[in-house]
Amino acid sequence: MYIAVYPESPSQSLTGAVLTSGYQPVPVTDVADAARKEPSAGWQAAIVELGDLPDLAITVAGKLAEELAIPVLVVVDRTMTLGLLDAGGFTDFILTPLDPAELQVRLHQMGPMEEAGPDEPMLRYQDLELNTATYQATIAGSPKDLTYMEYELLRFLMENPSRVWSREQILSKVWGYDYFGGSRTVDVHVRRLRAKLGEERSSWITTVRSVGYRFG
Amino acid sequence: MDRQHEYVLSTVKERGIRFIRLWFTDVQGFLKSFAITPAELPIALEEGLSFDGSAIDGFSRTHEADMLARPDPATFQVLPWKNDETGVARMFCDIVTPEGEPFAGDPRYVLRRTLERAADLGYSFYVAPEIEYFYFRDATSPPEALDRGGYFDLTPLDVAQEYRRSTIMLLEQLGIPVAFSHHEVSPSQHELDLRHTNALAMADNIITTRLAVKEVALEHGIYATFMPKPLEQFDGSGMHLHLSLFQDDQNAFHDANGLHGLSKVGQGFIAGLLTHASEITAITNQWVNSYKRLVGGFDAPVFETWARNDQSALVRVPATKKGKIDSTRIEYRSPDPATNPYLALSVILAAGLAGVANNYELPPETGSDVLKMSREQRKEAGIRHLPHTLRDAIKAMESSELVRGALGDHVFEWFLKNKRREWAQYEQHVSQYELEEYLPVL
Repeated sequence: MYIAVYPESPSQSLTGAVLTSGYQPVPVTDVADAARKEPSAGWQAAIVELGDLPDLAITVAGKLAEELAIPVLVVVDRTMTLGLLDAGGFTDFILTPLDPAELQVRLHQMGPMEEAGPDEPMLRYQDLELNTATYQATIAGSPKDLTYMEYELLRFLMENPSRVWSREQILSKVWGYDYFGGSRTVDVHVRRLRAKLGEERSSWITTVRSVGYRFG
Repeated sequence: MDRQHEYVLSTVKERGIRFIRLWFTDVQGFLKSFAITPAELPIALEEGLSFDGSAIDGFSRTHEADMLARPDPATFQVLPWKNDETGVARMFCDIVTPEGEPFAGDPRYVLRRTLERAADLGYSFYVAPEIEYFYFRDATSPPEALDRGGYFDLTPLDVAQEYRRSTIMLLEQLGIPVAFSHHEVSPSQHELDLRHTNALAMADNIITTRLAVKEVALEHGIYATFMPKPLEQFDGSGMHLHLSLFQDDQNAFHDANGLHGLSKVGQGFIAGLLTHASEITAITNQWVNSYKRLVGGFDAPVFETWARNDQSALVRVPATKKGKIDSTRIEYRSPDPATNPYLALSVILAAGLAGVANNYELPPETGSDVLKMSREQRKEAGIRHLPHTLRDAIKAMESSELVRGALGDHVFEWFLKNKRREWAQYEQHVSQYELEEYLPVL
């Protein structure tokens, strides 16, 4: 579960507390960056530290809530609480020094703002089925054994069919922002996935020259 | 819970997996495996499972016997073996001490550590191997070939093509794409070329491929071997490695204006391999028998040279198609398929990176004319011979700080000790050759 954290270099106490709470903090530079780095499962929430530039941070907090439709938790120093009175957009706030347990409870309480509707757990393309509730793939009813990353890649492609994705986009959406190894990784996994889909179906993932890949 | 753990646990439940095999290798690259049930899986994923490390070659000394095998969830894969009971999956493990520290004797950790050093310089390391092996009737000696086929021979001589085809299908089900496969030059010899992937995954893939090849052979009542030189009169089995470094999605070996399309990095990497070739050979060719392959007259490198299109060179620079920048690579030709791939890739990367970091100068290209040169001419040109025997290779490795650094003290020391013992045993052996040549006349 990923949490967008602003500013880009959050305090260590915040990063530590987020990790302790069982979430993965992902530093972002602005709203556009947060949109770009959004994991395929979506952001759980965003946390904004007011820090040295509180006005700017408040603006970012509002935009994050509005444009990405995610809950936003603001971290504020006790002396600045009243400054939040006129600010809008954020979901909740927490005072420094941070108490990891309190952070965990607040994050839990906030939850994702929109209950992600009852997602259809079954993705289908021709005779390929992917059950996202049980992580199982079948072709013509018989199971296909994928590794975790092969599964995640296939899920991403099936959720976003008929659209060309660059290697970099796929890398950031499927592997996450901090993956070392570059977009070559995407090529390698596409090849593995094609091998597992078998000869007849390998063309479902098309290589779009000098752009990237398309499914379906 | 970690999503990868969740994925593994859910798949185990959904697919009715009854056993999960935890895989790792000892220092010489032998695959070790123990099976656990799904009930033990959550704790194995979270904490690792303890086992007695002193039972494994090159692992712990008795006073530090307890080791933990911690499965790497990214490698979870249901096994498609036919002759096995269904419902078996495997995961490669990292070995850690009871304190949770990586264990220095774990070959997978050795490679991870060298890859991290490369990553610190911004490089990721990609590898594609050409794996050669033989099919024989069984494991008894003398080995009995299945056919007398030659290079690229097709039916009816290539009776083993069915086995090769089953192997490829099995590998594809395991997520190991095969680029190319064919009958090799020697009778009953075959080759599988795997598509490139990052070095750690490739080392796992090589281990998996060796097992898959043997499993399929077993299924058909025959025997497959990766022994480097089983037939005296014929070419042995090598494992040529195609290597490339990538930096920020750019092929770091490529430079359109460089020598034969090679960048400074590419040239330095080759120079590093040539400079340190003798030191790393004990690792890339670790058996007494490995050196029976590295002799003149067969398709194997003997001298530490490089060339573009020459089968006798140690390092080859394959031609790349116009515009195919990403396929710029070099081919290191001495390793054999009986090496420990984790250790081999670790020392190869270390040697290449040393050449890059220290700007080693690339010596001139030397083709097959090296074979016609006299010993003196070669000496003058600074061309060295690869180690002639395991003993020579051990001696070259002993004084190598590069290899010590790439392997770490634990593996370095244990490996040398083990190989000295192997050589001492071999030295005492009275061979068939001696009996046949000497007994009648002396």
